[in-house]
Amino acid sequence: MSDISFVRTEMLPEQDPPASEVGFVGWMRTNLFSGWVNSIVTVLVFVFVLLLLKAILPWVFSPTLGAGSLSECREILEGMGRHGHMAGACWGVISERWEQLLFGFYPNGSDGVSADLRWRPILAFILLAIAIAPVLFADKVPSKLIWFTALFPFIYPWLHWGGSIWGPVGALLGFVIGWFVFRAVEKASSSLIGMIAGVVAAFVWWLFLSGLIMGAISSVLPIGLEPVQSRLFGGFMLSILIGVVAIACSLPLGIVLALGRQSDLLIVKAICIGFIEFIRGVPLITLLFVASTLLNIFLPPGTQFDIILRVLIMVTLFAAAYMAEVIRGGLAALPKGQYEGADSLGLDYWQAQRLIIMPQALKISIPGIVSTFIGVFKDTVLVSVIGLLDPLGLIAGIRGDANWNGIVWELYGFIALMFFVFCFSMSRYSMYLERKLQTGHH
Amino acid sequence: MKKTVFLGALTVAGLAAGAAAAGTLDDVKARGKLNCGVTTGLVGFAAPDANGEWSGFDVAVCRAVAAAVLGDSKAVEFVPTTGKTRFTALASGEIDMLARNTTWTFSRDVDLKFTFVGVNYYDGQGFMVPKSLGVSSAKELDGSTVCIQTGTTTELNLADFFRANNISYEPVPIETNAEGQQQYLAGACDTYTTDASGLASTRATFENPGDHVLLPEIISKEPLGPLVRHGDDEWGDVVRWSLNALITAEELGVTSANIGEMSAAAGDNPEINRLLGTEGNLGEMLGLSADWAKNAISADGNFGEIFEKHLGESTPIGLARGLNAQWTEGGLIYSPPFR
Repeated sequence: MSDISFVRTEMLPEQDPPASEVGFVGWMRTNLFSGWVNSIVTVLVFVFVLLLLKAILPWVFSPTLGAGSLSECREILEGMGRHGHMAGACWGVISERWEQLLFGFYPNGSDGVSADLRWRPILAFILLAIAIAPVLFADKVPSKLIWFTALFPFIYPWLHWGGSIWGPVGALLGFVIGWFVFRAVEKASSSLIGMIAGVVAAFVWWLFLSGLIMGAISSVLPIGLEPVQSRLFGGFMLSILIGVVAIACSLPLGIVLALGRQSDLLIVKAICIGFIEFIRGVPLITLLFVASTLLNIFLPPGTQFDIILRVLIMVTLFAAAYMAEVIRGGLAALPKGQYEGADSLGLDYWQAQRLIIMPQALKISIPGIVSTFIGVFKDTVLVSVIGLLDPLGLIAGIRGDANWNGIVWELYGFIALMFFVFCFSMSRYSMYLERKLQTGHH
Repeated sequence: MKKTVFLGALTVAGLAAGAAAAGTLDDVKARGKLNCGVTTGLVGFAAPDANGEWSGFDVAVCRAVAAAVLGDSKAVEFVPTTGKTRFTALASGEIDMLARNTTWTFSRDVDLKFTFVGVNYYDGQGFMVPKSLGVSSAKELDGSTVCIQTGTTTELNLADFFRANNISYEPVPIETNAEGQQQYLAGACDTYTTDASGLASTRATFENPGDHVLLPEIISKEPLGPLVRHGDDEWGDVVRWSLNALITAEELGVTSANIGEMSAAAGDNPEINRLLGTEGNLGEMLGLSADWAKNAISADGNFGEIFEKHLGESTPIGLARGLNAQWTEGGLIYSPPFR
């Protein structure tokens, strides 16, 4: 030990890591230039992106927002010395038609007959955000808000279509009556009979009593909004309406179908499998054609069966079939021990589903569920094929205006951007939800 | 909510089944609105403006009929239909008449059970080529690529034409006119073929319309006109004679400018008097008011005025009258007499 000439007796002070390993430079070194292959790829991609931007940006940044027609746009661009087929975008069409792309022909007060009613879909959209808050961010909002969520399915269509308030109230009362009958009969006999009695009572109310009683009340107390015809619906308002209704109705329906498919009851199982496989075996567009044309032929002439309602039902059924399979995947992924554990605790079927099975199965299914949601929302543009004026359907109308005939990219780009905003936020939310529900095992 | 409406609708359907036999004319009068099927948007023929107000050549026919029946050219519900939904919409009674640049063909008239009440535009299928291609006749298009909308009569006409001339072509299938425009401009096809009116309006949107020419051959007959359901002749008569009133008004020189004066009192020309209801009882025969034709003509002007306003040479589309001139001026537009 004697040949040790020097021993440091104190710790060296900590030093900053080398500049090449931290900050922006460090990040670039580890992520972009970590080897010669990666460096070459980085440079190539960088050049490619630059070339792409160089081609697109001058087109996007084009001072044509005030132009009143395609030829005016061209004059503006000519005046700047830009020539050719892709000299610049003609944003005048967006500035003139963006309200139409958002609301379709919803009354905007221009015809002098009805007032500007567009506050109603806007209010409905804002209320939608409030109503889904208890579902999406259950830990951050007061739990009483869930009552508003329960009422929202009745408020939402009422705000869109208008009419007497007693219609939605009557529909709501049907559920209330059904619930009380269920509770009363359940106490007296079994829950199955209670459920049947509740459903029957609700339908008796809806079919026979609701119209009479609510009609009488509304003639005494006419409270309501100005009715708006379905024909005037269009643009993103229509896409969101179809998307929201289909998403909201397809999840519960999908859960029921998934459970039915796994049921031991033969008839229930057969019905569920038949329904799911039939709907999944048929393209959505076929169902839409059935809704728009075939039903028209089967129903007697002069029947007013709202086209948007028909489409809503079809899209909901379509989404529900896919949802059922996604949720069945979640159910199948649960270990058998979870089912047996629920049984061993003495829980009945619905308790087990509600407390043990579904919370886990749904958590597993979140990516699939959100994918289905996004798919449904994007599928709503298919309604343009049956003459409904969703954003894509409106393009034909806008291009039919002699001022804007010949414009393509600006309109499709605007619509793509709007859809991206919605779909991307849905996708980010699902990732947030997965992180929140991550319990750290498996 | 949905269930109630759904079941309610079914109940209504059951009730309506018995009562659906009434004539369309009575239905329209009772409803106070005409349901008129139009395209979802076609330059010059039908398109909504920024406020959702429809206008165009086909729209003008709807407005004339509404004015004739209801006395109000605004009392129209325009139902946008696609090429796929238009016929079921009419057959099912969702619309009262269809004015959607629809070609009058044998099978549509006979087999699909519709009645074409007349022709408001004589169209025909043509070809557009870039000048640089150096082609002056469609017969020189041997071996060319052709942009063609699928599922339309144009596709069949094209095949017939090339077969009859013993030349070959390669189709580039497209779905919509917008797509055709882009494909053609991008050089995906040598020539674009569709109705001549469509070609003209498409060419008008180009940066340099002069670089493209329409070839002289018109390879098909496309008489476009409004149609109604078979079997309701009273209603068919109303639509037919509303259109004829517009045509006759042009022939007799009745315009939206002088109609007020001409209809105020009977004038020298007995046919004008009969048309405008100052003489005779033509309106009564149709089941309409005496001034029905006056209302129809006041809606958007006479046939010539409508043409000029929506398709004519003062518009960006810039179509010449051609076949669609009055028969007195060498065209095919001809109305039976008002007598």
